[in-house]
Amino acid sequence: MASAFEYAPAPESRSVVDIAPSYGLFIDGEFVEAADGKVFKTVSPATEEVLSEIAQAGEADVDRAVRAARKAFEKWSALPGAERAKYLFRIARIIQERSRELAVLETLDNGKPIKETRDADLPLVAAHFFYYAGWADKLDHAGFGANPRPLGVAGQVIPWNFPLLMLAWKIAPALATGNTVVLKPAETTPLSALFFADICRQAGLPKGVVNILPGYGDAGAALVEHPDVDKVAFTGSTAVGKAIARQVAGTDKKVTLELGGKGANIVFDDAPIDQAVEGIVTGIFFNQGQVCCAGSRLLVQESIQDELLDSLKRRLSTLRLGDPLDKNTDIGAINSAEQLSRITTLVEAGEAEGAERWSPACELPSSGYWFAPTLFTNVTQAHTIARDEIFGPVLSVLSFRTPDEAVAKANNSQYGLSAGIWTEKGSRILAVAGKLRAGVIWSNTFNKFDPTSPFGGYKESGFGREGGRHGLEAYLDV
Amino acid sequence: MPTTASPAHPPTDVAASDSTLRGFLHGLPGVDAVGLEARAASLGTRSVKTTAKAYAIDLAISMVDLTTLEGADTPGKVRALGAKAVRPDPTDRTTPATAAVCVYPDMVAPAKEAVAGSSVKVASVATAFPAGRAALAVKLADVRDAVAAGADEIDMVIDRGAFLAGHYLKVYDEITAVKEACGTSARLKVIFETGELSTYDNIRRASWLGMLAGADFIKTSTGKVAVNATPANTLLMLEAVRDFRAQTGVQVGVKPAGGIRTTKDAIKFLVLVNETVGEDWLDNHWFRFGASSLLNDLLMQRQKLATGRYSGPDYVTVD
Repeated sequence: MASAFEYAPAPESRSVVDIAPSYGLFIDGEFVEAADGKVFKTVSPATEEVLSEIAQAGEADVDRAVRAARKAFEKWSALPGAERAKYLFRIARIIQERSRELAVLETLDNGKPIKETRDADLPLVAAHFFYYAGWADKLDHAGFGANPRPLGVAGQVIPWNFPLLMLAWKIAPALATGNTVVLKPAETTPLSALFFADICRQAGLPKGVVNILPGYGDAGAALVEHPDVDKVAFTGSTAVGKAIARQVAGTDKKVTLELGGKGANIVFDDAPIDQAVEGIVTGIFFNQGQVCCAGSRLLVQESIQDELLDSLKRRLSTLRLGDPLDKNTDIGAINSAEQLSRITTLVEAGEAEGAERWSPACELPSSGYWFAPTLFTNVTQAHTIARDEIFGPVLSVLSFRTPDEAVAKANNSQYGLSAGIWTEKGSRILAVAGKLRAGVIWSNTFNKFDPTSPFGGYKESGFGREGGRHGLEAYLDV
Repeated sequence: MPTTASPAHPPTDVAASDSTLRGFLHGLPGVDAVGLEARAASLGTRSVKTTAKAYAIDLAISMVDLTTLEGADTPGKVRALGAKAVRPDPTDRTTPATAAVCVYPDMVAPAKEAVAGSSVKVASVATAFPAGRAALAVKLADVRDAVAAGADEIDMVIDRGAFLAGHYLKVYDEITAVKEACGTSARLKVIFETGELSTYDNIRRASWLGMLAGADFIKTSTGKVAVNATPANTLLMLEAVRDFRAQTGVQVGVKPAGGIRTTKDAIKFLVLVNETVGEDWLDNHWFRFGASSLLNDLLMQRQKLATGRYSGPDYVTVD
C-alpha cells in the first residue's frame, strides 16, 4: 500500500442495526423458546464479541416447525400464484428498504466486508425474491406441463458463507411454487435468518409458511429425517451432503445438494492480463475464499506464467485486510475459529508437500479469526492443496502448455462446480467451455451471480440446480 | 521490477517500419471492456473521509492544469488565471498552487508573466489543437512558437485519422518530431483524444505508441469532444505507464482531461492512481488534472473541511 495516501478509517455505523440480547426459534409466525430450553451464542468473527444468545433447535422443535409448515401448506399452496407473488414482492421490497441494516448485520455475524454485503449479497437477495415473485403466477408456462404442483414441506439447511443469500436461494423458489419452509441456518450465522423471520411478519406472510430453526448439525439431521418433510435442500460441505444422501435414500423425498468445489480458473496466453488478474482476485478472495464456486485452482499458460504471477502479487499487495465494517476493507475475517484451523491445517499440508507459499506483507488484527491472502506456486495435481477444497483465501497455481492439457487438468477433480476461462479468442472460449465438466463456467469474468442463471454442480459438487427456471423444478412435482 | 514475458522488452528498432510497430502494438495484451469498467467502478466506491480527504484535496489542487482554451481568451483573462493558479484561495494562504496554467501558444507570454516567480508551470496546447489537422511543418512551427515564448510544457494532439487508419509510424514520427522541437526545456504531453479512438485496445496501443516515441506524459483528451477522461480510460493508461516502466525503466506521467468537475470525481481518480501505480505517481510531476472548473469545487470543499460549513461560489474567485 502506498504510504503517501492512507485512507482514513471509514466504518459503517453499527447503530443502523438493533441486535436483541436473545432470540427464539421462529415457528408458526412466533418467536418461541427451544423445547429443551437450550441456547447458544453467536459471535462476531472479526472481534470475537458475543452478539446475541440464540435458542437452539432440537428434535422436538423440528417436529413442531414441520407440523406448522404442514398446516400452513394447505392454504398457501391453494393461493393463486398472483397472491403468492404479492407476498414475495412485498418481502423483496422490505429487503431493499432494510438493506443497509441487513448488510451491517450480516457483516457483524459473518465477518465478510461491508463492501460485499452492501454491493453483492443484499442486491442479489432482493433480486432473487423479485425474480421468483415474477414466476409465481406463471408456473403453467415454465415448461413443466400444465399446473405443476408444489411438493409440500421443504426442509432447508444452509451454510454460513452467504447466510442471507443462501436463504433467498432456498426460500424464494420454494414459496413461489407454493411450498412451505422449515429452514435451519448455520450455527455461526443465525442472525440474518432471524431478521428475515421478522421481515416475513412485516410482510404479513401467513403463519407457518416460513419457519426458522437456528441450531447445530443435529437439528439439520432431524429436519432431513423428519417423515413429513417432502423436499430436502442443502448447501454445504460434501461430507454432510453425502450423509444427507444416505439419510434420504429409499424415501420419496426429493433432494437437491449444492456441495463443495475446487474451481479451475484457466488463463490463456492471449488473455486480457489486467482483467484476468482482477478475475483471479475476485475468484479466490471474494468472501475470503469461503465460496463453494471459488476459483481456487489457477491454471495459467506457461508462456505468461511469470508475468501473470508478478501482476497478481503486485495486486495482492494492494488488498486491504481488516475491520469488515470499514467501507474500504477488501478482506474480512474468517467465519469461525474452527474454519480458521481447517484452513491452517491444509495450508501447512501444502507447505509440507513442497509447494511454495507466498503472502503479501499484511498485518493481522490481534483479535478475531484472520488469514492473510495466500498464493501457492509450484503446485501439481498430486498436491493436497490442488485437490481438497480449502474454503479460505488460498490460491493454488498450476501451469499448462496446451488447451487440451488445461481441460484435462481442470476436469481432473472430484468436484465440478465452477470454472473460468480467460482469453481474447471467442472460439476458444466456446471450445474449452464445451469440454469442461462444471456447472457454471465464466468467461473473462468470475463469481458473477444472477437470479436468472441456474447454479449447481457435477460430480461431488452435488446435483440439482438453483436459480433461473431450472430452480423451480426442484420445488415442483414434475 | 521488470517482467520477464511478453510483450517483449520493446526492441530499439520497434519503429523500424509500420509493420514492426504494428506487430508490437497488436501484440500487447487485450483489454476486456467489462472487466476494466468494473474495476474502475469498484475503486470508485472507496470511501475517502476526513484526514485522507484533506490530503486528497490538497494533492488534487496541486495537480490541476488550470486551463482556458477559448477563442475569446484575452491577455487579461490569462493573467487572472495565472494569478489564481499561484494563489487559488486568497483567504487561505495554506492552499497549494496548481501545477500549471494551460493556454494556447499565443497566450504563453502573458501566462509566463502572471506566474513568474512561482512554482506554477505554463503549458501550451500546440500542434493545431484540438483537431490536429495541419501539416507537420505547421504543427512544429506552433510548438516552436510556444517553446520560444517560454512554455514549460507542450500538450500535443496526435493525428487520430492516421492512427485509426493504422499508420502508426506516421503518428510515431510526428511525436518524435514534436519531442525534438520541445528541446530540453519543455516536457511533452501527448493527447490521444480517447473518445475518438473508440476502443480500449486502441487506447492501450496509443499509450504505448506515445511512450515509445518519447512522451513525458500521456493525456486522455482535449476536453473538446463528447467523451473525455473517464475512470476506465484513465485506469487503462495508468496500467500502461506502470507496464512501460516495468519494461523500460522509464516513468511517464498521466493526465486525464475534460469532464472532471467535482472533488468527488477528482478523488476517485486519485484512488485509481493510488491503487494502480501507487505513490510513485502521486505528485504533480507525474499526474495532472486537465480542468477549468474543478479547482473551484476543490476550493469550496477545502473551505468546508476547514470551517465545517459550505460557503458557495461567491467565496471563490471566478477565473
